[in-house]
Formats: sequence, C-alpha cells, structure tokens
Amino acid sequence: MCASVKYSIRGPALIPRMKTKHRAYYITLFSVVLLGLIATGMFQFWPHSIESSGDWSVEKRSVRDVPVVRLPADSPVPERGDLSCRMHTCFDVYRCGFNPRNKIKVYIYPLKKYVGEAGVPVSSTISREYNELLTAISDSDYYTDDITRACLFVPSIDLLNQNSLRVKETAQALAQLSRWDRGTNHLLFNMLPGGPPDYNTALDVPRDRALLAGGGFSTWTYRQGYDVSIPVYSPLSAEVDLPEKGPGPRRYFLLSSQVALHPEYREDLAALQARHGEAVLVLDKCSNLSEGVPAARRRCHKQQAFDYPQVLQEATFCMVLRGARLGQAVLSDVLRAGCVPVIIADSYVLPFSEVLDWKRASVVVPEEKMSDVYSILQSIPRRQIEEMQRQKWGSVSNPLFLPLIPPQSQGFTAIVLTYDRVESLFRVITEVSKVPSLSKLLVVWNNQNKNPPEDSLWPKIRVPLKVVRTAENKLSNRFFPYDEIETEAVLAIDDDIIMLTSDELQFGYEVWREFPDRLVGYPGRLHLWDHEMNKWKYESEWTNEVSMVLTGAAFYHKYFNYLYTYKMPGDIKNWVDAHMNCEDIAMNFLVANVTGKAVIKVTPRKKFKCPECTAIDGLSLDQTHMVERSECINKFASVFGTMPLKVVEHRADPVLYKDDFPEKLKSFPNIGSL
Amino acid sequence: MQAKKRYFILLSAGSCLALLFYFGGLQFRASRSHSRREEHSGRNGLHHPSPDHFWPRFPDALRPFVPWDQLENEDSSVHVSPRQKREANSSIYKGKKCRMESCFDFTLCKKNGFKVYVYPQQKGEKIAESYQNILAAIEGSRFYTSDPSQACLFVLSLDTLDRDQLSPQYVHNLRSKVQSLHLWNNGRNHLIFNLYSGTWPDYTEDVGFDIGQAMLAKASISTENFRPNFDVSIPLFSKDHPRTGGERGFLKFNTIPPLRKYMLVFKGKRYLTGIGSDTRNALYHVHNGEDVVLLTTCKHGKDWQKHKDSRCDRDNTEYEKYDYREMLHNATFCLVPRGRRLGSFRFLEALQAACVPVMLSNGWELPFSEVINWNQAAVIGDERLLLQIPSTIRSIHQDKILALRQQTQFLWEAYFSSVEKIVLTTLEIIQDRIFKHISRNSLIWNKHPGGLFVLPQYSSYLGDFPYYYANLGLKPPSKFTAVIHAVTPLVSQSQPVLKLLVAAAKSQYCAQIIVLWNCDKPLPAKHRWPATSVPVIVIEGESKVDFAFTVWQSFPERIVGYPARSHFWDNSKERWGYTSKWTNDYSMVLTGAALYHKYYHYLYTHYLPASLKNMVDQLANCEDILMNFLVSAVTKLPPIKVTQKKQYKETMMGQTSRASRWADPDHFAQRQSCMNTFASWFGYMPLIHSQMRLDPVLFKDQVSILRKKYRDIERL
Repeated sequence: MCASVKYSIRGPALIPRMKTKHRAYYITLFSVVLLGLIATGMFQFWPHSIESSGDWSVEKRSVRDVPVVRLPADSPVPERGDLSCRMHTCFDVYRCGFNPRNKIKVYIYPLKKYVGEAGVPVSSTISREYNELLTAISDSDYYTDDITRACLFVPSIDLLNQNSLRVKETAQALAQLSRWDRGTNHLLFNMLPGGPPDYNTALDVPRDRALLAGGGFSTWTYRQGYDVSIPVYSPLSAEVDLPEKGPGPRRYFLLSSQVALHPEYREDLAALQARHGEAVLVLDKCSNLSEGVPAARRRCHKQQAFDYPQVLQEATFCMVLRGARLGQAVLSDVLRAGCVPVIIADSYVLPFSEVLDWKRASVVVPEEKMSDVYSILQSIPRRQIEEMQRQKWGSVSNPLFLPLIPPQSQGFTAIVLTYDRVESLFRVITEVSKVPSLSKLLVVWNNQNKNPPEDSLWPKIRVPLKVVRTAENKLSNRFFPYDEIETEAVLAIDDDIIMLTSDELQFGYEVWREFPDRLVGYPGRLHLWDHEMNKWKYESEWTNEVSMVLTGAAFYHKYFNYLYTYKMPGDIKNWVDAHMNCEDIAMNFLVANVTGKAVIKVTPRKKFKCPECTAIDGLSLDQTHMVERSECINKFASVFGTMPLKVVEHRADPVLYKDDFPEKLKSFPNIGSL
Repeated sequence: MQAKKRYFILLSAGSCLALLFYFGGLQFRASRSHSRREEHSGRNGLHHPSPDHFWPRFPDALRPFVPWDQLENEDSSVHVSPRQKREANSSIYKGKKCRMESCFDFTLCKKNGFKVYVYPQQKGEKIAESYQNILAAIEGSRFYTSDPSQACLFVLSLDTLDRDQLSPQYVHNLRSKVQSLHLWNNGRNHLIFNLYSGTWPDYTEDVGFDIGQAMLAKASISTENFRPNFDVSIPLFSKDHPRTGGERGFLKFNTIPPLRKYMLVFKGKRYLTGIGSDTRNALYHVHNGEDVVLLTTCKHGKDWQKHKDSRCDRDNTEYEKYDYREMLHNATFCLVPRGRRLGSFRFLEALQAACVPVMLSNGWELPFSEVINWNQAAVIGDERLLLQIPSTIRSIHQDKILALRQQTQFLWEAYFSSVEKIVLTTLEIIQDRIFKHISRNSLIWNKHPGGLFVLPQYSSYLGDFPYYYANLGLKPPSKFTAVIHAVTPLVSQSQPVLKLLVAAAKSQYCAQIIVLWNCDKPLPAKHRWPATSVPVIVIEGESKVDFAFTVWQSFPERIVGYPARSHFWDNSKERWGYTSKWTNDYSMVLTGAALYHKYYHYLYTHYLPASLKNMVDQLANCEDILMNFLVSAVTKLPPIKVTQKKQYKETMMGQTSRASRWADPDHFAQRQSCMNTFASWFGYMPLIHSQMRLDPVLFKDQVSILRKKYRDIERL
C-alpha cells in the first residue's frame, strides 16, 4: 500500500528559511484556536504560552517523497458533522490528562498522499499555507510526536479549500486515520467552506465529532464553545509590506475594494457613491491591464487604477461585504492596512469572536441597512474612529479595581522601621498607640548587631506589639508583606516621626478608607522636569503640587507590600538596598504605575521630627541627598519606561478644618498647621 | 523587551489576530528557549522519535491553498441575490434555529425605539410574586409602553416562570391562553421568562407550550437548547430575591493574601439516582474535612429513608456540623455543581458572598453569557474532571484570585442583586442586538460601573464617559467645561461676554458655562443674560473654580462641589433625614455650583424614571439630591467637597427666584421627603459619607502668599 519512503537529508544551510512573518501569523493563528477551544474549560488555568524554538533543524523531506495511500471505494465514510457537539459531549478530556507542568499536546499525522481506487488524488497533497500552519504547530511547545501522549490530533490532510478536494474521498481518508475514533479530539482547519450553488458555511466533508477551525461560519453552523471561527488568510496583504499609518482622517471616508460582488450590492454601492461623491470610492476589476501587473494587485475606478492593497490605507472605513461565502479574505487586508472594517454579512460569526471584542475595532452593519451605512458611519465620533484605527489600548489594570470603602472596624497596622534610635522609637510607639483605629504595632528591627530592648522596657500599649528581626539591614524590609499584618491598611512610619498627632493619624486612616488603592501620606514631594538638564528633578520645597508622599509616614494597602517585594520591575529593589535610599520613591512609582492614580497628601503638616526643625526635615535639605533623590527618579522612570507619577494640587483636610466653628465639635480638632 | 517583540510579531502577522493581544490572554514568551529541543534530546529510552511520526518541514515550493482567480470567479457566479438569501434564511430558520435575523421583526423597533409592552393582567389569573416583580421592573423602567402599537418587544402577563407540572405555581392551559392573545402573532417579538421547566424524572427544557418565534429568557438553559444571540440565559433566583436595590456584595475589603479559611466548599442536597445525581454523589471523593469541605444530605423529599445508600447517614451527620453561611463567607472557592437542573441557587449565593464559583455543570449556558466574560469571575470546571478540581484551584495564582473575587462583587451588584437588575440586563442585551451599531462593547459590560449605567446612545466613544480614562490611557479632557473669565481691563462692555456665552453654549462639548466675573463693573442685569440650553453659573472671584476643576480632573466620575449636605437615618421616625447643618461629614454636594461630568446630565435624563423627574419638576426642588443619589449609585463613592468661601456668593441664572425659597419651611420638608422617595425607588440608600475636604496643597499654610497658587481661597 505504501510507496517506498526516501529520506533526503540536507544540511541546514540549504533549507530556505521560512519568512518570519508567515511563521508568526500561523503560530498566532494556532494559539488563538487553542485559546478559543479552551476558553470555556478548566483549561484556562493551564499554562498556555507558546514558544517557537527558532533555529533548530531536523532532517527534511520533500512532499514528492511522501507515501501514497490508496483508498478502497468502499472504505468507511464518517457521519456528517454533529451539530449538537459540545466540549462536554464530544470531546474526550481524559486524553488531556491534567498535569500542571504539561501543556495540551498536539499530534500531527504524517503527511501522506491519498488516492482513490483509480489512483486519482483526493486532494492536492498540501498547500503552502497548510504546510506553514502545521510547521508552526510543530515548532510550538504544544507539539508532540508521540501519538499516545496527544490530546489533540491534527490530520495533515489539507482541508483549507473545499474547492480543491473531493468531499467523499477526503472523508474516507479522515476515517482511516489511526486514532480517528469518530473524529474525537481531532482538529480540522478550513478557510473556504462550501461550494456551488449553495456555498454552505461549514466544511461539507463529513467529519463526525471532529472540531472545526473554520473561516466563514454562520450562526447556524457554528457550534459555540466547540468550533472556532478563524479569518481567511489573504496572501495579498501578507506579501506586500504596508507601512504603519497613524490614526487620523484619510483621503476617502469609505472604500469598497472587493471585485467579486453581487450586482445587487454593486447597485447599492453605486448609489452610495452617487450620493456622497468624493468621500466614497468604489473599486472594481480593471478592464485593460498593462502586461506584467498581477491583476489581483490592481483595482480600478472608471479609468483610474489603484494599487491594492495599498489603496486601503487611503480610506478611513473599508467595506467587507459577504460574497458567495461569509468569510472574506479582504477582512485580513483591511485590518492589516489599518482601515476600519465595515462588516456587512448577516449571521457571520466573526473570527475569534469568543475572545475578541469586534465592537472595539469594527462596525457591523446589517445587510438591510446597507443604504444607511454612510450616515451610520458619519455618526461615529472622530475619536472613536481613531481608537478603532489604532486597534490598541494603553490599559492600566488596577489590581484593586473594585470601589470599596473598607469598614473602620478593621483598623490598621503600624509598621515602624528602626535601627537603633530606641528612645525616639518608644516615643513614636507611645504616640501612635493613642490612635483609636490602631489594631497592631509591628517594629521591624533592622539592626543585626544589636538586640532589641528587653520586653519589659517597651512601652505598655493597648494593642499587640510585635518585633520582627531582619536578617539584613535593608530598606526593603519595611515593605515586606509580613504575616503579622492582619489588616488591609498599613501605616508605615519612621522611628523619628514624633510630631504627628493622634487626630492627624486617625484622620489619615479615614482618608485611606476612602482611597484604599492609593498611597495616603503626610509629607508630600514633587517631581519636575528640568528643562536645562533635560531630566527629572526631585523637589521638596514649598510647592503648590504633589506627586509623591514619603513613606516615612503613609497609609497604604498591604497588597502594595506584596507588589513591592515580589513584583518590582527591573533591579529597582537592589538599587534601593545598595543606595540605602529612595525606597519611598520606588513605592510611589510602583503604586502610581499599577493604579494610574495620584497620591493623597493629608493635612497641612510640614514638620514631623521636632518643633524646631526646619519645615523640610533635616536630611532632605542636604544637597547631595537631593541629587541622589533626583537620580532615583530618573533611574526609576527609565526602568518603568514611563513617568507614572501623577501631579495634583490638592490635599485632604477634615471637612471643618480652619472653619469658624467650635473646636470641640470637630471630629479632628488637633490638626497641626506646621 | 517583551513588549517590543510582541509588537514585532503583531506587525508581521498583520491581520485581525493583532487584536488578540489587547486581551492579554495570549502570552508570547520572547525568549528562544529550547525546551523542545531538550525534550527531544533528553528523550532516550522511553520513547524513540520515529522519523515517520515527526512533522518535517517541507522545503518544497508549494502552491497556495487558493488559486488567485478562484474566489473572484466563484463569487460572481452566485445566482441567489443577497436579498433572496436573507429571505430564504428567515423562512428556513425557525423554532430551534431561531435567530434575530430569522425570527424577530426589527421594523417594529424602528419608529419608537426599544419599547416594551406588558399585556394587561387578566382577572383571576394568578401570578406568583417573582413574576409580579419581573413585570413591575419592566413597568417601572424607561422601556415600558402601555401602547402595543408602539412596542418593539412584548411580555406576557401569564406566569411562565414555573413550568414544572408538579409545582403548585404551575399555570394550566397556558397553550390555549397564549394562542388566544390577539397580539401573540406566533410569538414574534415576544420575550418569555422562565425559571423552571420539565419535571421528574427527565427535567426537559421544554416549557410545555408552543412558544413559536418567541425569545426565551430562561434559567438553567443548556448550550444545546440555547439559541445564541436570541435567547437570554438568566440566573436562577429565589422568590425572596428583592425587587429593587438588593443586598450589597459581602466583600468589604480585599484581604492579602486573598485566601480564606476554606479553599473550597459546598453544602447541598444529594440526589441518589436519576438525572444529575452523578456529580453530587461523587463529591465525597474530594472532601477532606479540612480546607475542602463538600457536604451533601440525603434528607429531602418524602421517603428519602427508603432510597438511602450506605453513605447517607455519615453524610447527614457531617452535613449538620457546618453552618452554610459561615462556610460561604469563609471560603475562597465555592463549588456550584448541577442539581436536577443545570443551574442552582448556589451560583448567586456564591457570587454575592465573594466566593469564587467553581462551575461543575456541563453544558450550562451561564447567565448573560452573551455579554459577561465569566472567565474573569468564575472557574469553569468539567464534571468529568471533578477529582482534579482541588489541584486546579490550588494552582490558581493569588493575583488571579484577588481579581476573580473583586469581579464577583462587581457582577453581583451590577447585574444580579435584584430582580430589576436581572430584568434590565435582559432587556439591555436585547436592545444591544437590535441596535447593533450603537451597542455596548465587552469592556463596558465587564468593567465598573457596568452596562446598566453606561448608555451607548450617549456616545460610541469610551472616552466620552468618565469611567474609562485609565483603560484608554487618557486624561480627562478639559474641554467639557467652558469657563468664561471676565477681567476688568478687558471688559468695558458686557456685550462681548454675553455673545461669547451664546457661542459657547452651542458647542456640542459644552456641558455648562462658568462665568467668572472678576471685574469692577457690576454684573449685567438678569434680563440681559441670554437664554442658553446649558446651565450657566456666574461666580465672582477667580481661583475657586480653577482649583475645583483640577480636583475634578482627578475624580472625573464624581461630583466635585462646595456646599455640602448630609443624610442620616432618623431612628425615631424610621426614615431618612436630611441636614444642612455643619457636620463633620457629608454625603451630598449642592449641584448649583458643582463640577461633574456631562454624561450625568444624560444619565439623569435618560436613566431615571419619569416619576422621579416629574416629582422634581413639580416641586422645583431636590434635583441636586437626585443627582447626588444617581452619581453615588453609579460610582458607589461619596462626592467630593472642596474649600468653600464662607460668604458663599453665587448667582444662578434663571434660578434667582430660588434664593428666597431657602427660607421657606416647606422647602426643607420637601427635601426630606424627596430623599425618602428616591431611596425607595433605588431600593437602598446609595449616598455615602465622606469626612474629608480637598484644599489646595498650601492652603492656610504659614508661607508667603506669593508662593501660593490659589490666593483667593486664602482670603476666605
């Protein structure tokens, strides 16, 4: 049955390298198909990243050498596709045995040439695109060549274009695959389904329970959660390099570039053009083409010829009308050209619709409303159009996104970082312990050479006091998510901040409750752009603005301790520990970057360490210190790749602060003005 | 680096695939690690890679899958015109194949928009409370019409919720009752609500009468029977589910680490035999009595003793030991296994309790699956993989748990906490289908404040709403407010200012105009101010508004204002009280001179029911209270008060007669009763207190006034 198998072994240097962009296209296509398949399953928590292991090579064979398989005329034909199939009814999960280290494994059947009894091939052996797709799968981390370990099976029988295969014989070829088993866990790829005269919207090849990644599904043939709708590949745009074009108005408002349209649509388009003149451009085939230009790359309007797909970049909106099939290759061209697709194809299941939000990148218009399409498009705000042209969104996803005001009852945990200033530390502890909402006090003893004072010497306070000893004298220790922190709110306070009153601290906690996803602190600082030096500068003088609060006295959510310790980008943590400085600036960067929000400075207080101190605390006045702090800002901005800090002009005061109102009736009368 | 590579791949891939990356679901590992090669080289002994099975990279010059002229020739050879094709589709695809295109008459919605008609209730027809609540929610909504000729959608006043023949709520002869309705039209454009269908032993999903071309809003619907983009899957809710308002989510704060006492819990009935019994019967395999507590009881039904199996007694004893609510509130994950039907009450209970649901109900079309991305709030398991559930959920990263849990709370409060929300969500989903090009995208549905508060008719651009600046990477634009600044040397006559005002009012982006009158000349007489369609506020003095405006830019979704008011619960009168006294906290700011996003004007006009707006209009009072209610209901946050001049002086154009009304004792009483009417419509008290005021950074600081940006405020 099998012809002789020959291996032609060639050196890697002789192998033409696959164009990277094609490879990337197919890798992406395949991973999205998998993503679509597993979107509804428990599989979502399986690690699914894809790796292409670039430049490795194995022995290569030519398609000319593949074995030939002769199919007897009476070999079995699978049942037609089962429309009621769903993952839980037709998919065998047991073959995808759960194992956190394992990925879903995909097996590709070896390529064979199937011929009917008369020796006529059932289809073209393999197309360029299908070869690339399978190669992409074989390059991915999902691939296995061990059929016994596979969860998904991909036949190498090329079904991309139904037109180039014989339906019944192809089905027979599928049925004799070694693990076919009614098509269970078999994944078929098809881009052009159906044939004349009806052009069904799903592959006509009987395929029983096999999963289908198909282009051009309609809502009636698509099995939601089982099939995956894929785009129709367009070689035109893949072969031509289109420059990236920014958003903004373009020469034509609306463009129709498809050549094979039903006359009924042609009439509608002609009417649109007649009504709106220059803004609408309707292209068709060129009647008299000069020699040498591939007809597919030229489109004409009357006598005027345009290059395709380049002309797509001249239009804001591009029509994607249904033809004989629902899925149209022009959709890929249009998206690639950065033109906003106007999809007019009722009941079409858009590619990857289960994971893609097409409403953000396209306009879908019912066929019946085709004559209104111009006014519908006109009503779209300009900035929405730009948004769609951009096709991407600079998104901040705040990990604490739910608007919540935590109850007061939980209180906060104060964390005092200390080295050896015991006297001042005890004063801070005594002061902080007066704050009603304090629920626990944690002292981080950062001195490895000296033991903390004996238990009996510590101030007696009404809440639990715990001392944590650290292994190394690092500033980062202040931000470690200690298990001892049982509240959500954390007050970070230095061991020399003795001036803050109980009212100020309690008020700070109340403000934090209203902004649990922000840094809420007392001393405020600002970053400025130094135009002379062309870099960022740290500012602590009396300013009208703040963009940071010092964590020498600040409330924040415990989550940020976790982020600081485990998710700080780059080498910032090490930098901070090496320089013994800027841990607070790093924290400000981190929080602003992840939430996209500004800090809240509370109360007017400017002096924190002693009444006689200058308004700006001693250390900060030091010139070298300022230089170092500026350096930190520049360093962090380059690590983050952006300046996340937000500048605001406000601070939070109690509602009745400085109001002409009896002090004893105020909730927070003791708010220092210094 | 990773991002760079990503974009490179995107650009080169160059197709709609590009869009995928914005979902972040797909991760490309940029490193060219050679794990696979290692896999191959390290695979000795156990498995020999046979060259026959390995996919080779064919170097041949192959032909493309489609000859370049195939499509062209095919497409132009089609004989059926698109119109004929549409007509053919709509006549073939009926019944189980119904779609909007084939079974819904869009023309009914063209003229009057999305209006919903509820059939008048027949005498003697019993309607259970749940269905009464559904009808009341529709009738109280802005979609309701009492005129069937205006309607786009029809809802029966026959109780179709419980179609279990053994149930006491079951309505008999529904078939003939429905057929006799003269507007029935074979169910076209009708929406039928259903919670239970079928009965013992097979629990089919048939509602027991011919629904024709009607849409189903049904609980426990299976993917096989669900007609995508036609039916709506709704959650199963109990008869005690509140009509409006509803309980808040249980989560009060985010705990770090996000793990609770139990990892996974379940407490419920066990069916020993018959449909759906397998899953719950197997739960004991996973139960470990420590952090995985899955409890079942056999004690239900009349003669459970007869059928009990060997486990029943042991199970029942365990079952009694645990308190369901305690478990629910102290568990990270809650198992939601199917019962007799696919949906169960456990689902909404878990959602409300901020316990991430772990679905174990194969083939259940999850509630509102058309718009809600459940992967962000639940774990969708497979009944066949029950034994792997513990290891699966233990492998979920804590950051993911934190996000899942917050999302349960968002979804619960946005779409599920009351019958009204469930009904409105159903209606909005249908409306979005009918007016496809002005519908909500997935981001709107799945992000705070959710689809019910974001009306796409206002704008199709997300940046026009105050909620998505961070998602879009935008700053709140400053063009929403026109500030007209009149300064002495410039203003010799008031005419230019007034002309400017008219011009500004015409701008589509102008929500309000603030005239800052900062000159020696007195204000022009009232009658000389032109009539404008937008509110005009005249304020003497300068920096106050500038400052408030910068504050608003930080909090664009809230109201930022000056004079504040507060609400409190009056225990003696058992109702809400209103106070304008100086207090240490506030929950409203007066909107006469407040800054808020223009969108709230739209929401006020189009979201609130006519009853409340009429009340406000008749009283000529309380519109500011209502606005505060609305904005706090949307944001779940208090308004923001900024520093206020004590001798607060403002002239509100066209509202000067108002000043005198403040002296009116009725005025205060009215405001009190407004509060209570509003709270009852919302079903709860949305106002939230704040204890802080925002001042300029250097406000009242002992530093030279020259250093201060907002000097005027200092003089207060």
